[in-house]
Amino acid sequence: MLERLGMSSADELFADVPADVRAELDIGCGMSEMDTVNKITQMLGKNITAADMPCFMGMGSYRHYVPATVDHITGMSEFYTAYTPYQAEVSQGMLQALFEYQSMVCELTGMDAANSSMYDCATALGEAAKICGSVSRKGKVFLVPEALSNERYSVLRNYLIGTGITISRYGFDKKTGSLVLDEIKAAVGKGDVCGIYAEMPNVFGCLDKNVAKIRSVIGDTLLVIGVNPLCMSIVKSPGEMRADIAIGEGQPLGSRMGLGSPLLGMFACRQEHVRRIPGRISGMTVDADGKRAFCLTLQTREQHIKRSAASSNICTNGALAAVAAVVYVSTLGADGMFNIAKKNMERAKSLMSLLSKVRGVEIAFDNTHFNEFVIRLSKDASKVNSELLKKGVMGGVPLKDHVKGMDDCMLITTTEMHSDEDHKKLADALKEVL
Amino acid sequence: MYAQTKIQRKLITDTDAKKVPDTDVPNELKRESLSLPNVPESEVVRHYKILASMNFGVDNGPYPLGSCTMKYNPKYADRLSSLGSATEVHPYQDQSTIQGTLEMMYDMEQKLSKIAGMDAFTLQPAAGAHGEHAAILMIKAYHEKNGEERDEVILPDSAHGTNPASAAMAGYKVIEIPSAPDGSVDIDALRSAVSKRTAAFMLTNPNTLGIFDKNIKEIAKLVNDAGALMYYDGANLNAIMGITTPGDMGFDVVHFNVHKTFGAPHGGGGPGSGPVGVKKRLIPYLPSPVIEKVKDKYVLKDNGNLSIGKMRSFYGNINVILRGYAYILRMGSEGLKDATVRSVLNSNYLKELLKEDYEIPYGDLKKHEFVVSASRQKKKNGVKAMDIAKRLIDYGIHPPTIYFPMLVDESMMFEPTEDCSKEDLDRIAEVMIKISKEDPELVINAPYNTSVSRVDETKAAKDAILSTRYLRNKRQ
Repeated sequence: MLERLGMSSADELFADVPADVRAELDIGCGMSEMDTVNKITQMLGKNITAADMPCFMGMGSYRHYVPATVDHITGMSEFYTAYTPYQAEVSQGMLQALFEYQSMVCELTGMDAANSSMYDCATALGEAAKICGSVSRKGKVFLVPEALSNERYSVLRNYLIGTGITISRYGFDKKTGSLVLDEIKAAVGKGDVCGIYAEMPNVFGCLDKNVAKIRSVIGDTLLVIGVNPLCMSIVKSPGEMRADIAIGEGQPLGSRMGLGSPLLGMFACRQEHVRRIPGRISGMTVDADGKRAFCLTLQTREQHIKRSAASSNICTNGALAAVAAVVYVSTLGADGMFNIAKKNMERAKSLMSLLSKVRGVEIAFDNTHFNEFVIRLSKDASKVNSELLKKGVMGGVPLKDHVKGMDDCMLITTTEMHSDEDHKKLADALKEVL
Repeated sequence: MYAQTKIQRKLITDTDAKKVPDTDVPNELKRESLSLPNVPESEVVRHYKILASMNFGVDNGPYPLGSCTMKYNPKYADRLSSLGSATEVHPYQDQSTIQGTLEMMYDMEQKLSKIAGMDAFTLQPAAGAHGEHAAILMIKAYHEKNGEERDEVILPDSAHGTNPASAAMAGYKVIEIPSAPDGSVDIDALRSAVSKRTAAFMLTNPNTLGIFDKNIKEIAKLVNDAGALMYYDGANLNAIMGITTPGDMGFDVVHFNVHKTFGAPHGGGGPGSGPVGVKKRLIPYLPSPVIEKVKDKYVLKDNGNLSIGKMRSFYGNINVILRGYAYILRMGSEGLKDATVRSVLNSNYLKELLKEDYEIPYGDLKKHEFVVSASRQKKKNGVKAMDIAKRLIDYGIHPPTIYFPMLVDESMMFEPTEDCSKEDLDRIAEVMIKISKEDPELVINAPYNTSVSRVDETKAAKDAILSTRYLRNKRQ
């Protein structure tokens, strides 16, 4: 091949790289496949996993059962080794799967249109807030709950840098954990709010009835509702609550925790906003023979066409996690989706009742919960977690870093993966620790 | 010839609504009905198996998609990323229980720093463009801390589309400068664009024309002297490993694409990973948390008051990082350099085979990718880059990137990567040449062997049908 190029050595291929920028690599020698696999397997073996001991953490990353079909289908290399489906004719498989994913997201959220995924719920929130800022003629204040995970709040702040949009927060009822409608009403009354964000369930795991009432106090201000898609089979959708944009963390649908990866940002909206959606979208059309076909669409919003005027810079997103989600939902089917939601609610109810009997534990909020709830402890929550670990249990997520004034609280999450025995183990360990 | 199945599958989401059974959900929040897939598991698998057969991945054949580095995705990395010890850990677990993954992340940061010639890395960004956004926010925070108001970002017209989009997202005014006649940065244009308002200059070297900019040191000096920072878009990293580093070229901040250069799969559009590396003066601005090694332990630490905070929940796409880490360990210094040399050799060899029949502007020596212009074909018989791309599919070759970079008319950007064999390269060239001689009617109506014929993209954009739900409501 070099000969064909008229070269005598491969060095000539780099004749254009000046000597003063040359640098050797120094990252060690390569390894055989066997050594590579063994070394990394051994390294990761130092982890203690949620399969080794029960873990009651959630808040945006959940341990659910993943049906074998998900691994099988996402493991098909026609899907996972493909690029973003720019060339529609050779990518109908991915494009249809993504259209089905979008359809599933629209069904769960009660919306008309969805994109084919974002990085995670936090970045979807950032993009949603930007849309509110650009649509609204009233002002540039985006309202978010005080009770919000710090991950989402911090990412949102970064996404709003340079947009002129500022964040303001509304509170929650200390007894029920529900949002305070009057605070939203008062804030909107000032006339400078461009959008409101609320979650279902909220960060405390509450199925907050007040979320359904937000529309009644905000007029036509844009409303963004973030959801856990797993409860959407039994809970009213953002669409039914008259939200404009629905977002969510899709990881519970067929993706594993993986130290927080992959995540799956869901993004859906009403048809009137389709031309503002960030990211890739699969759309339905026809081919030259009039046969149904799919392609990436509304690309004039995107960075590779619009460059600095694009609605977002997003390029590579979370397509394979989106495929995992639609395969998950298809495998469970409607009945399976009802049952899994019901089961998660039941698990939380049963664990709550068990823990409420432990001295030093108080159920923080009087409300209906999905699969998470807050407990208030007689000791510092982080310290309790360290003690629990010694007893072979990983406790919940301490709320200290997320919600002000809740240093003695932790968010306990339970799913269909926890047995009664796991629940008992947590209760017993708490009894000893407190 | 390549052939895909032509069986059309009904949408799995096109089903009737079911009534939601009673639950403990408060009445005012109860959902009434829902329309979700309702087929047996065997049908789910068959459905997606057939859809998969309508899709083309790296394992199916040559995939010379320019600037996307579609190299082989090693299967050992798949195996490692599915280990329970990697997948069954919660991001908020006590740090003593995630030492294995933290060690991997720490070592990955060290190795990426060496490959980049940088002092530190963050693994948090979830994709290349996300890394760009993170880096731009760090640059912004850096200038602000120094009490400087800089509101412009400069980049050449050959830049990837994500560069201007990322800069604009952070509120910067984007200034595009034209390229010099040889495709490199026009230094005079850069000199007159740079000012006290310049926050950064964004560049990929080699650029999207496959040209290595020899003046890079002079460019870096010019930019740095004006108090602005040099940003390296690592999408084209595959051309320089073991030859040079962004740090040695004078860059201050860089993003890499683990799903390009380090063999992690693209997943049909993600999840990817876009780690960002910085020189010492930018370390305080890295997203939180950062990983440190204290004695034998790895700890996640808040990066202090100057940190930009978070770009994504938790720590990044660690499952993608893990695959890249496995690839880097397996390859070592020599292996990575070898990948670079072979990808550059493959690119130049393919260019050589095509240059008689197609116009290939901007110099003869290319790096890992090069741009062909189909302008001659278009002039001769109306066959455009798009048509040639579609016809390539019939021969089992994934099309190159087309209509980018925009400064080449009817552009077709080829990046064969190191994983294209000589046999594949000869075949790509043979087919390209054959297509240029085929009956134009045949080419203009291609492809024929795919599950659908030429797709009507205009109709898709006009109708904006994005879900079965919308379709159903529209029908009613």
